[in-house]
Amino acid sequence: MILVLVEHDDGVLTQLSAESVALASGLGSPLHAVALGPGSDGLRALPAAVQAVHAGLGSLDAYAPRAWAHALADVVAAESPTAVVAPGSERGNEVMAYLAALTDLPLAANCLAATPPEAGGAAWSLVRSRWAGSLLEDAELATGGPALLTVALGAAPGAAPAGSGSPQVVVVGTVPDDADLRVVVADHVQPAGDGVSLADAKVIVSGGRGVGGEDGFAVVEQLAGLLGAAVGCSRVVTSEGWRPHRDQVGQTGTRVSPELYIACGISGAIQHMVGCKGARRILAINTDPDAPIMSKADYSVVGDLHAVLPAIVAEIHRTRAERAAAV
Amino acid sequence: MRVLVCIKRVPAVGGRIVLDGADIDTRFLGFTMSPHEECALEEAVRLVTAHGGESVVVSLGPPESEEQLRYALSLGVERAVLVETDGGELGPRATARELAAVVGAEEESGGTFDLLLFGNEAPDSGDFQVGIRVAEALGRPCVSGVKQLSIEGGTAVAMRDRGRGMEVYRVRLPAVVAVKEGLNLPRYPSLPGRLKAKSKPLARRAVVGGGDGLRKVGLRVPDGDARGTQSLGTGPDAATRVVEVLEELGVLAP
Ligand SMILES: Cc1cc2nc3c(=O)[nH]c(=O)nc-3n(C[C@H](O)[C@H](O)[C@H](O)COP(=O)(O)OP(=O)(O)OC[C@H]3O[C@@H](n4cnc5c(N)ncnc54)[C@H](O)[C@@H]3O)c2cc1C
Ligand SMILES: Nc1ncnc2c1ncn2[C@@H]1O[C@H](COP(=O)(O)O)[C@@H](O)[C@H]1O
Repeated sequence: MILVLVEHDDGVLTQLSAESVALASGLGSPLHAVALGPGSDGLRALPAAVQAVHAGLGSLDAYAPRAWAHALADVVAAESPTAVVAPGSERGNEVMAYLAALTDLPLAANCLAATPPEAGGAAWSLVRSRWAGSLLEDAELATGGPALLTVALGAAPGAAPAGSGSPQVVVVGTVPDDADLRVVVADHVQPAGDGVSLADAKVIVSGGRGVGGEDGFAVVEQLAGLLGAAVGCSRVVTSEGWRPHRDQVGQTGTRVSPELYIACGISGAIQHMVGCKGARRILAINTDPDAPIMSKADYSVVGDLHAVLPAIVAEIHRTRAERAAAV
Repeated sequence: MRVLVCIKRVPAVGGRIVLDGADIDTRFLGFTMSPHEECALEEAVRLVTAHGGESVVVSLGPPESEEQLRYALSLGVERAVLVETDGGELGPRATARELAAVVGAEEESGGTFDLLLFGNEAPDSGDFQVGIRVAEALGRPCVSGVKQLSIEGGTAVAMRDRGRGMEVYRVRLPAVVAVKEGLNLPRYPSLPGRLKAKSKPLARRAVVGGGDGLRKVGLRVPDGDARGTQSLGTGPDAATRVVEVLEELGVLAP
């Protein structure tokens, strides 16, 4: 049997959980889900592959990663699965790391594919995401217990979070111990800032080292203002202190998926591109026609951003004025 | 206050990844560490400056990892420990076992570390687990994904992103914290710092041994990222085409 940990928002599986279910359903049967925390016994309309849901810690209002791992470990002990699969989300990876530590088993994070050992074989064959998705790793997992895997986004892109299944619910009776409750969410703080957030922006105008300095961002902000866009940046910009880290796009910044990403004076390092490859379209503006981004974008303009951006701003004003006059 | 930071030497891949067989071709690359780990080092140096005490940096890797350790020393960390491998990857479970052994040995001679700092995930292997495994091996609490940290008496107050807001955790010291970039703005090493780093103590240890279970077979570049770039022109003259494209994409309307 296979266990899959799922996360949900108000009873609806997250996309990554749906992909985890899809990957897990290919590893064996039966497939049981584990859902933890308040509301976990209320999961309905699950993908049909899920035959039962083990629901636990319903009265533990605050997230406590080790308590979650403890509950998961109890289900593992009761059901002896051949694999435990979880979403490669912040919480999924964290809970599985605790489970791996508690059971002293190996854990393969961010898998895109998994194949159980062949008859007589001992090792699972895996494909993992590396460098935040810039590379793929073929790996082998030899384990004395269940294979512990987390799943990266893209493992099963078409997987639907909802289905027609209404599996039987099994209550997990885990009571967290003192060690479990040392790390628990004590409070939530709401964001102070307003404005367009990177994660939700429809358009992002992003600047890199080529912007030249903090003041150089005036023209980037001007274009962003005209388009109702958010301002993003590369890591060089945050390391130099020109912009705050919350504006950084990339592997160690934010992953964005706007309609249009305008990259100005950004060379296109792989760690930057993993952050913006979710954009529907990328426009690169760069003085160097051979910069890597110039062949990774949908559209390119060769030129000094400090000349090109003002020209775009002027052209937008002109077009809008023309249109207003025509009405 | 005693703080220990774990860092990992990784190739500084730029715009294109070149593979040499099943591994990254590093012949023409420099090496670096994760931005998360740079923030961990900065935090350690600030904490020891504020509270007194000592900071120690540890890396497990090939002998060349001395470069990253010296960098850490140039920032103000006092001592370094290098657990030498032959260059092969140990895997996160084995790595955590080795690092926990180093912490144990260091604590035997110097006393308990109030904080063990890790990056949230290694940039190359992205295992998301070494810090938590070390914490469990030592029986200490661990908060990961931390973007803000303060020490209030014997308690670490750590915050991490959740949706648009942040979660707050409070854990008693000694504790383990796995951090993310954004925690602070790391300094660059000063010239005196670089000079001093050359003579700061760096101890070398051998790997204790034992397997992981997870083994890398090889690396591949995923296909399908090419978008078929279309040139919109050169210099300010390109503005007309750019605005046409904005219109086509439906993002021009005010
Ligand atoms: C583990 C790790 C994680 C990382 N995470 C991130 C991350 O999250 N986000 C990120 O961005 N980076 C990240 N990096 C850093 C990344 O490798 C690059 O160093 C960084 O993205 C480069 O930023 P840049 O493109 O602004 O600067 P550069 O690479 O220096 O490029 C500047 C570009 O501007 C162009 N230019 C110069 N002047 C002008 C002008 N006047 N007009 C137009 N173009 C001009 C140049 O031709 C050049 O292409 C990470 C690195 C590592 C090792
Ligand atoms: N070889 C290593 N040497 C020192 N620290 C490491 C090593 N591998 C991982 N770490 C630490 O553990 C963190 C998380 O790594 P991982 O769990 O592999 O993603 C890293 O950011 C480092 O702080």
